[in-house]
Amino acid sequence: MTTTTDASTGRHIPDRLRSPLEARLKSWESLLLLVAIAIFIANSLASPYFLNAWNLSDATFNFTEKAMIGFAMALLIISGEIDLSVASIIALASTAMGAAVQFGVGTPGLVLIGLGTGLICGAFNGVLVTRMGLPSIVVTIGSMSLFRGISYIVLGDQAYGGYPSSFAFFGQGYVWWVISFEFALFAVLAVIYGVLLHKTNFGRAVYAIGNNATGAMFSGIRVERVKFTLFLLTGLMSGLAAICLTSRLGSTRPSIGFGWELEIVTMVVLGGVSILGGSGTIPGVVIAAFVMGLVTFGLGLLNVPGIVMSIVIGALLIGVIALPRLWAKWRA
Amino acid sequence: MLRLLASREALLLGAIAVLLALIATRFPAFVAPSNLAGVFNDTAPLILLAIGQMIVILTKCIDLSVAANLALTGMVVAMINVAAPGVPVVVILAVAIGLGTLLGMVNGILVWKLDIPPIVVTLGTMTIFRGIIFLLSEGSWVNSHEMSPAFKAFPRAEILGQPVLSWIAVLAVILFAVVMTRTSLGRAFYAVGGNPHAATYTGIDVGKTQFWAFTISGALAGLTGYLWVSRYAVAYVDIASGFELDVVAACVIGGISIAGGIGTVGGALLGAIFLGVIKNALPVVNISPFWQLAISGSAIIIAVAVNARASRSKGRIILKTAEHAA
Repeated sequence: MTTTTDASTGRHIPDRLRSPLEARLKSWESLLLLVAIAIFIANSLASPYFLNAWNLSDATFNFTEKAMIGFAMALLIISGEIDLSVASIIALASTAMGAAVQFGVGTPGLVLIGLGTGLICGAFNGVLVTRMGLPSIVVTIGSMSLFRGISYIVLGDQAYGGYPSSFAFFGQGYVWWVISFEFALFAVLAVIYGVLLHKTNFGRAVYAIGNNATGAMFSGIRVERVKFTLFLLTGLMSGLAAICLTSRLGSTRPSIGFGWELEIVTMVVLGGVSILGGSGTIPGVVIAAFVMGLVTFGLGLLNVPGIVMSIVIGALLIGVIALPRLWAKWRA
Repeated sequence: MLRLLASREALLLGAIAVLLALIATRFPAFVAPSNLAGVFNDTAPLILLAIGQMIVILTKCIDLSVAANLALTGMVVAMINVAAPGVPVVVILAVAIGLGTLLGMVNGILVWKLDIPPIVVTLGTMTIFRGIIFLLSEGSWVNSHEMSPAFKAFPRAEILGQPVLSWIAVLAVILFAVVMTRTSLGRAFYAVGGNPHAATYTGIDVGKTQFWAFTISGALAGLTGYLWVSRYAVAYVDIASGFELDVVAACVIGGISIAGGIGTVGGALLGAIFLGVIKNALPVVNISPFWQLAISGSAIIIAVAVNARASRSKGRIILKTAEHAA
């Protein structure tokens, strides 16, 4: 913590408030961590197959791809915008890669096409929101239909396959023992986004915009440029997730990743990011990713069907936001 | 007169007319009155839901759970019909509207009493409602042959040559046009969305008004649930999956501002009809139905861009110009 010294009085003026241990223990992240640990213990008691390194490694695939997008989405939501088109960007990027395979493009080319499609889609959303001043929720509901719609026009009821074997590494490869490539990527991205949001000027600008966009503009932050960058990042991450998911599945259908936008927003909100913008942390999103992954994997081991898991996820989303508010009301 | 011509509703009506004229140049049969009546009947569920969604959006909220509400209510009444085929349609209608209202109230309570952002509430209840359908039905379908003839006949029964489904949409449009423009509750919806602080000072309870908006949206979704299931004579977990986006799209195309406070029942009606015409025209003009998703997506983006241009404030924005000059 840096402090400036007021020469005339000799007082120390901290540039940010101290966060004592007690506040840190009572924080959203700690609460969420407790939930994660409780779920972990409950899972290991409920199923004998849970505590197994390879099973746990498999469980990480439930959330790594969604969490990649979740990091960028967290920044976007903190800045007061939202992108509901991410799952459709996955579909379009996957379709573009699948089409390229038919022309014999190799793995490096496929990666470039996947990331490039994501960037173009992100730029499309970004231009509409920042240049034309349209509300991001409507724009991205529209582009959500548009991007997936293009996939449907291209593919119809068909599927692309025949990806080169080297392409399989992104979704199926392991870098060391049980650590998959996807999980390693997830960990690296978590650190990068954590530093970006919490340790850089850019990160401070994101918070400033989310709390008061007009105030941020008057303090010299290029609000539109920052928001545009965030849309680009979200598109890029969606392209990256598309590479991982396509590689893991080995085929592309237009329905790929359907409904993921809701799970990703749930993950981000569960991680303590305010849907109204202005607050939230990357560690929170990381823990939320684990909570969601553990819940779905644990229920899966107990043979609970996927749609019932969605009840749990939906209840979790409303519950974690409602409980603190109920608690505050009850105390008041 | 000029202002009337420039209004959003007139523009949209013009767009629909141009669309129909274009289709008519190649397929004159499409614009035959009987076919247009069929298109309207096909669009009736979208119209009903769009009216409810419009009221919710007016109050600065959004209801993404309408399609799931429709599916849950539809499944419940279908299962009641299978279990007790003798239950008269009037009771079924009452159950559908009642259950839909209840589900809408759940959304409303969470928004009103706990102050949770509407998008979060309805994302959550959307997945929960769908999950409950699965728990109730155990994943199985209720098929046409299991439903009683009276249950299936109701939306198809004809009054003055038009099916009941169309008449319900017409009645709903008239009823809510009156409610929105001639009652204090209707005006409260506009006031809450237009300026919540001012609404509070004039004695309007913002949260409570939003609660009523969700309740109305839920009631309409419940009613549509029965109509949907009986018209298509099938109920399963995924019916009307993704339909909530069509509903929001109809509202946006109809000129309802997502920021709240701006919109009319007529706009919602025309927005829904616009989408309905496109949906019905695609197979006629021999375009693959796979195009529909991309077309409605483009329609949303174009509509919101056009609306934003029309309502751009003429005031001076000093800093913006300074930034661009720099």
